[in-house]
Amino acid sequence: MIKVVKPEHFNIIIIGAGPSGLSAAVRASEQNVSYLLLDAAQEPASTIRSYLRGKLVMSEPRGLPLRSPLPFTAALRETVLETWEKTIAEYNINVRYGAKVLDLRRNIDCLEIELADGAKLTADHVVLAIGVQGNLRKLEIPGGDLPQIQYQLDDPLAYQDETIVVIGGGDSGVENALALTGRNQVIILNRAEDFSNCKDSNLNQLTDARKRGALDWLLETRPQSIETNLKSEFPITIFAKTPNGVERIPCHRVIARLGALPSRPLLESFGVAFPTPDLAALPLLSTHYESNVSGLYIIGSLAGYPLIKQGINQGYEVIEYILGNPVEPADTSLLREKFANFCNDRGIDDVLAKIRKSVPLLAMLNTLQLRELVLESNILLPEPNEVIFKRNDYSTTFFFIVEGELDVLIDDDDVPDDTLKAGEFFGEMALISGRRRTGTVRAKTNCVLIETPRRVMQKLIGSVLSMRRMLDEVAIKTAVRITIGLSLSEKDLNDIASNATLRNFAAGEELFHEGDEADGLYLIQRGSVTVSRMIGGREVVLFYVAAGHYVGEMSLVSGEPRYGTVRAAIETQAVLIEAGRMREIIADNPEIRSVLDARYLQHLQEQENRQHMETMQDSSGSLGQQSTPSNLISFLIQQGVGEATDVLLIDESLCIRCNHCEQACADTHGGATRLDRDAGPIFANIRVPTSCRHCEHPHCMKDCPPDAIHRAPHGEVYIDDSCIGCGNCQVNCPYDVIQMAVIHEQPERSLWQVMLGIQPKSSPKIDGPKVAVKCDMCKDIADGPLCVRACPVGAALRVNPEALLSYASDASGDVALMGSDEVK
Amino acid sequence: MQRSNIFDYKKYRYFKIAVAIILIAITAYLIFEPTIGHYGGSWLGYILGSLSAALVLWMTWYGVRKRRYRGSGATQGWLSAHIYLGTALTVIVTLHSGFQFGLNIHTFAYFLLLVVVISGFFGNYTYMIYPRQMTENMGEDNLDGLLLRIADADKLARQIALTMPDNINNTVARACSETCIGIDLLEQLRGYQPNCPTALAVEQLTLMGDNLSAELRKPYRELYSIMVRRQSLVKRVRQDLMYRARLGFWLYFHVPFTIALLVAMTAHIVAVFFYW
Repeated sequence: MIKVVKPEHFNIIIIGAGPSGLSAAVRASEQNVSYLLLDAAQEPASTIRSYLRGKLVMSEPRGLPLRSPLPFTAALRETVLETWEKTIAEYNINVRYGAKVLDLRRNIDCLEIELADGAKLTADHVVLAIGVQGNLRKLEIPGGDLPQIQYQLDDPLAYQDETIVVIGGGDSGVENALALTGRNQVIILNRAEDFSNCKDSNLNQLTDARKRGALDWLLETRPQSIETNLKSEFPITIFAKTPNGVERIPCHRVIARLGALPSRPLLESFGVAFPTPDLAALPLLSTHYESNVSGLYIIGSLAGYPLIKQGINQGYEVIEYILGNPVEPADTSLLREKFANFCNDRGIDDVLAKIRKSVPLLAMLNTLQLRELVLESNILLPEPNEVIFKRNDYSTTFFFIVEGELDVLIDDDDVPDDTLKAGEFFGEMALISGRRRTGTVRAKTNCVLIETPRRVMQKLIGSVLSMRRMLDEVAIKTAVRITIGLSLSEKDLNDIASNATLRNFAAGEELFHEGDEADGLYLIQRGSVTVSRMIGGREVVLFYVAAGHYVGEMSLVSGEPRYGTVRAAIETQAVLIEAGRMREIIADNPEIRSVLDARYLQHLQEQENRQHMETMQDSSGSLGQQSTPSNLISFLIQQGVGEATDVLLIDESLCIRCNHCEQACADTHGGATRLDRDAGPIFANIRVPTSCRHCEHPHCMKDCPPDAIHRAPHGEVYIDDSCIGCGNCQVNCPYDVIQMAVIHEQPERSLWQVMLGIQPKSSPKIDGPKVAVKCDMCKDIADGPLCVRACPVGAALRVNPEALLSYASDASGDVALMGSDEVK
Repeated sequence: MQRSNIFDYKKYRYFKIAVAIILIAITAYLIFEPTIGHYGGSWLGYILGSLSAALVLWMTWYGVRKRRYRGSGATQGWLSAHIYLGTALTVIVTLHSGFQFGLNIHTFAYFLLLVVVISGFFGNYTYMIYPRQMTENMGEDNLDGLLLRIADADKLARQIALTMPDNINNTVARACSETCIGIDLLEQLRGYQPNCPTALAVEQLTLMGDNLSAELRKPYRELYSIMVRRQSLVKRVRQDLMYRARLGFWLYFHVPFTIALLVAMTAHIVAVFFYW
């Protein structure tokens, strides 16, 4: 007789004992519900456990109140884990470790879970909180389960004088390997032919380490098996297949960092639906975190909330929702504050519904995304004639119009060039190009606007496909209108936009080549390009063209092959309008014809001049040849000036090496100079010192946990006081201009102290925490950058690249091609 | 790439002002002649004297101003004005004296002023020529980097020399330990060491290689090239130090004589008003 084992049944099963799952379990325990917490690992919070020892765990977003009984504040990894373990014991949490879920099914009356050990469980509700790191790829080879093989590196200092094999050429593998160098023999096995998947900073450190002999790597290599050695000094031997045959590597330890399996297939196997085919898309969820599988709730980073505090709050909320208790999301009070001046007589959900109804772009977001967007945004209520932003301002926020109308002024006259209406949006040009605003926007009536930070928009564009498509379409239209500078009819615009394509080019890639058949007109949306020709057997850079301008019109007008080669100076995005379509438009609009014709003739003239200059200088001896304008442009482009907005240069033929630039900087910026006068490449007596260039798309902003790096209206990229000293920006900056330093205010020296060279008594030197410091272009100091003002001989100068590159190409005062930005 | 320097700052603004001041002063000098001839005590003499004293004080203040970073304006403008007005000062002070010179405190102050201005001219000259030469000498390297490379070369050379016959080893050891770089101001200004041991070593090594055994020839060639490299590095470092010393040297006159001038000028004013 077969004994039928009835599966154990719980009201709620929580899968994943990370912050979200723990929080849910603690709340369930408080509410005396029958529940079970499952985790595949042997301990709770494995993702946080996999952080390196002593890492600071962040508690962003700061404004969000914590509402769960699970305690959490920003602290060291060890402290956080200790607190949670204490809480687990205190609440006597019903947890089962080592319980890996293989399958989850919706039955008629309950959800059924099958575990890896064959056990079956049923529940009325399942909360899925497994995160995105939980599903680590394991070594599926013979010997892959030996105790010397680990999938994380807890404390690199725990290993001394060992031979350690790290498997995996991704960032985590490389970071682990680097942390182990110095005290151990480290070998990386990478199945790819290079480390191109790594961050640049890791790649650089890796190459350095190998040069020093601190580690070694094997490429195109896959582990085949691992065996234990009984007698050797090395406990295990790994056999790996390399392009040159099988290699035997005896070692003490293997660290395998093979990445996490994407969670989407797993969720799909549970029946969870997704809105788009994008592998990174988030599952469809209700406001109560319930998926399309009824009774299956998804919270935490799996639901698109990567922050610990959000996950903890959701753990609490999801239990309340399941129990049928009305609970406002933790952000409701914050949202109410946001809406204090707008529709404050209505409920939050009502207002959100209204926003969604009036702005089609926002209707593409799910409720949670919309709430988050509003939470991170400002609600603006401008009155008629109030200016939202000015042309040539550096600001990168994005605006949705909920109510009202606004005027757009593109040129200098006070006559509006365009009107924006409710439901539309603006600010996408600066968002895409990272450059100054191309027009002024002014309220025409009383308006309601949502102002959203660039970071939030970029996250949304990355995750909501339809939103990106719509933004691209509008951006193309705006690009056509602004770069060509003509007001076409809406029909023509739509026509052009639907025939245009977006093209992306890597730095150095060609948009088109000299002598090619003309394929169309390129409007540069983001990045910048150089125009060059073959003159006297070498490629000579003639011009630099920045975002907001177009290239390729010459052949369109003349019908001849391409006159020069256009190459992306940095990563560049361009709108391509096909040649045939463009010719039709030109034929229909005599106005465009005359504009392009005039440009064509002007370019011919400029190019003739430049060509003459280049050949003149060629024949005037070696020194002349070395410093032709084209060589200087090429040099500056190589130094990354193409993506800069403001660069410090030093004219070495004037510099008397007095170092007042550095001293002035240190003196007014907490004792740490933000420029290194002595370091940096030189060409034709111009040095590009190690100092911030205030990039269009600042690399340093990419990964700042407290979001402490901003861009001021005049373009200064600066770090505010909320810096936590994590060092990400320092690593991300390709120009090495960010350092970590202790800041202490420098008291101004008195006259006697200056004259006698006495250092003032500074406040007792406290070894404060190190924070990231970089040039802020003296944005808080009247009269501008001190490095330039302190230079007695005028050798230090700050320039924006358009001014500089047009100066270098000596475009006889005509900078139309180079950019319309005002020249400082 | 030509840029505005201290001389053509703001289209020669301070040059024009200095010329204007000189012209006005000379015109006034020619028009208003006291009956007993020009002297510092005439009303024109007092005006010129007060102007000169004010200019001297203002110019001295430049030394303080350029180290105070929190002020407004550009130091470049101050320096440009410092140079042109300082030059104009010599004319004004001469007119103030009415060309009456003698062996007294007054003429002594005048003499100090000339030393200060002339040393300033020399400073200008160094600012004009040395920066360019420094860049040509150093390229993208810096002093610390070169010194490190010399130290590296030393280490390597000594290691190889240990395997060599004694005479070679001794030559290399002497070159490494006895080569001086910028030991005193004079040597810094001169920019070379007479009988530089490194240069001598290279010379001697050229001769010593002849009767070496075959197996020693390869390390010998390596050693030789290291020493040649060392020689050029040492030369570049000395050159750099020389330029630095020359860029700064004139200040040893300019600044102390300024202080002396302030004292003498005070004495001159006190003497005039209390003992005339």
